[in-house]
Amino acid sequence: MSLIEITDVRKSYGTNEVLKGINLNVEPGEVVAVIGKSGSGKSTLLRCVNGLETISKGSISVAGAQLMNDEVHLKALRLKVGMIFQQFNLFPHLTVGGNVMLSQMVVKKTPKPNAEAMARKMLERVGLSEKFDAYPDQLSGGQQQRVAIARALAMQPIALLCDEITSALDPELVAEVLAVVRELAAEGMTLVMVTHEMKFARDVCSRVVFMHEGRVHEIGPPGEVFANPKTPELKQFLGMH
Amino acid sequence: MIEFTIWDILRNLLLATRWTIVLSLVSFVGGGMIGLVLLFLRLSRRKWARALAKYYIELFQGTPLLMQLFIAFFGLGLFGIDVPAWLAAGLALILWTAAFLGEIWRGCVEAIAKGQWEASASLGMGRLQQMRHVILPQAMRIAVPPTVGFSVQVIKGTALTSIIGFVELSKAGTVVTNATFQPFTVYGLVALIYFALCWPLSKSSQILERKLNVAHRNH
Amino acid sequence: MNYHFEFGWLFEYYPQIVKGIAITIELIAVGAVAGILLGIVCAWVRALGPAWLKPVVAAYVELIRNTPFLIQLFFIFFGLPSLGVQLSELQAANLAMVVNLGAYSSEIIRAGIQATPRGQFEAGASLAMSPFETFRHVVLVPSLQRIWPALSSQVVIVMLGSAVVSQIAAEDLTFAANFIQSRTFRAFEAYIVSTVVYLMLAILLRQVLVMVGWAIFPRGAAQ
Repeated sequence: MSLIEITDVRKSYGTNEVLKGINLNVEPGEVVAVIGKSGSGKSTLLRCVNGLETISKGSISVAGAQLMNDEVHLKALRLKVGMIFQQFNLFPHLTVGGNVMLSQMVVKKTPKPNAEAMARKMLERVGLSEKFDAYPDQLSGGQQQRVAIARALAMQPIALLCDEITSALDPELVAEVLAVVRELAAEGMTLVMVTHEMKFARDVCSRVVFMHEGRVHEIGPPGEVFANPKTPELKQFLGMH
Repeated sequence: MIEFTIWDILRNLLLATRWTIVLSLVSFVGGGMIGLVLLFLRLSRRKWARALAKYYIELFQGTPLLMQLFIAFFGLGLFGIDVPAWLAAGLALILWTAAFLGEIWRGCVEAIAKGQWEASASLGMGRLQQMRHVILPQAMRIAVPPTVGFSVQVIKGTALTSIIGFVELSKAGTVVTNATFQPFTVYGLVALIYFALCWPLSKSSQILERKLNVAHRNH
Repeated sequence: MNYHFEFGWLFEYYPQIVKGIAITIELIAVGAVAGILLGIVCAWVRALGPAWLKPVVAAYVELIRNTPFLIQLFFIFFGLPSLGVQLSELQAANLAMVVNLGAYSSEIIRAGIQATPRGQFEAGASLAMSPFETFRHVVLVPSLQRIWPALSSQVVIVMLGSAVVSQIAAEDLTFAANFIQSRTFRAFEAYIVSTVVYLMLAILLRQVLVMVGWAIFPRGAAQ
């Protein structure tokens, strides 16, 4: 059984169908890059997996937890998959430590000392242990995104969804965030990432999904997808004519 | 004991409502005129004028309207005038309304981008010409929703004049209650009449504001 | 004008004034705390709450915002006893202020909630928090911080409006002024003195609210 099973997922906004029957299975430990033009549905797909968008048809399950539209099922699903956003979405009124501890205490009812220990450990992992008492607006974008990663990791998910996590960063800050992701991948974390970093996808990912007009247009190991694109759409996307 | 029907009660209240409406209109118009003077003082280049307007506004916004009514009522009496309640009520409400409208309008003028002042100055306009031809026409558009919204506060403010003996809707409510011993019904009806006066204004203020926001977004 | 100002009565009547000030402060303290709490609950209902409750809260808010506080007070004090709810002058005054501020503050707080970036709700959800947990722990504090100045102004307005509770014989500052003027026939002076006290209370209250803001919002930018 795959870790993430996406079966015939369709999603419409009114009459506009943005996902037209997606099938995708992700195995434990896999690192999957989702690429494609804006409007191809790649972000929507990721958001569906975390229940931030409701799907119109099909099914999604993560490690046996089905995506359903009630609070109990959503919670069970979201405890298994964490999500990192393009805009970081740190909580401005809490310190870095508070950001990483909050959900552990609220959702998992972890006692404060344990939550704090976990937060320190995760911040250490992303290289920000000295920023525990800082507030988000005192950090650079790259640091904020690393805190967001630590915050998701502290919930001990079995998979992470990364939605264009370097797109809002200044170019010189991209590397520090990707380094953290690279490390997670090396440690065996299951990752599904929507990204524009082709070099990173080629180096780190086990599979690349090319989405086009709401469908999985091409899929395969990075070597194959990047070196031998089969469809004209992917060729055009990769800038090969 | 005389029996009062709901209709008797309502008729008496509605007759008194005329005075609530008249007093509201007088306060709003009079307050608007003085408010405009305050606005110009507030935007003046003379320091004393700005300070005068500022302290006027702070005084009237920082003290209870009820106290202002009392002071108008008893203060005018010091001049040996036998002050009718309507005069004290009108005077106090006009001065109070002016403070709030002056402040609301100042906010609207300040919301006009600095570039508009600079552009009109660069065209050689004087201060008054800038105001007249460039700033006020734009500020007036954004001033409409909060001004309409404040008219609701004026109508509600007139209720306090009942305390110094002006017979309007609230006073009529008390009088009718004392005659009928039906406070629940009477004050309930009084509240509904105020609601009928105020709610359309509140609603139009909201709608106007929404329209303005949409218009601004489309620029 | 041949009026001779006379403030000598202050020495005799200052205990009444002090008592009046204490009651005015008590009224606004209870009114502000309970009113803002009520406002938070109502704002939550209107922004994020169950659909069936929304029209109920909307009706309450519109009704209060479009009727004079004086009439709300009279309705509570004189009208409610016919439903079997008998309140003392102070209880009625307290209730009226809470109900009044609750309605106004709910609109202000709702605006703060609606200005919350969508990503904050999504981040809460992605961390497996329920919508209510997200509201309580993620959305609420920055929302309050965003609208704290407007909310503070409203609290001051309600404090100044509380002068009318003297009309149901709640013994606040205005009641003291009325009492003194009826004894001394020094109406103008009595009202001038209490007006000055109100002005000082308003300035003080504004400062207190700024400091309360510092305490609740340690720092962190409101987005």
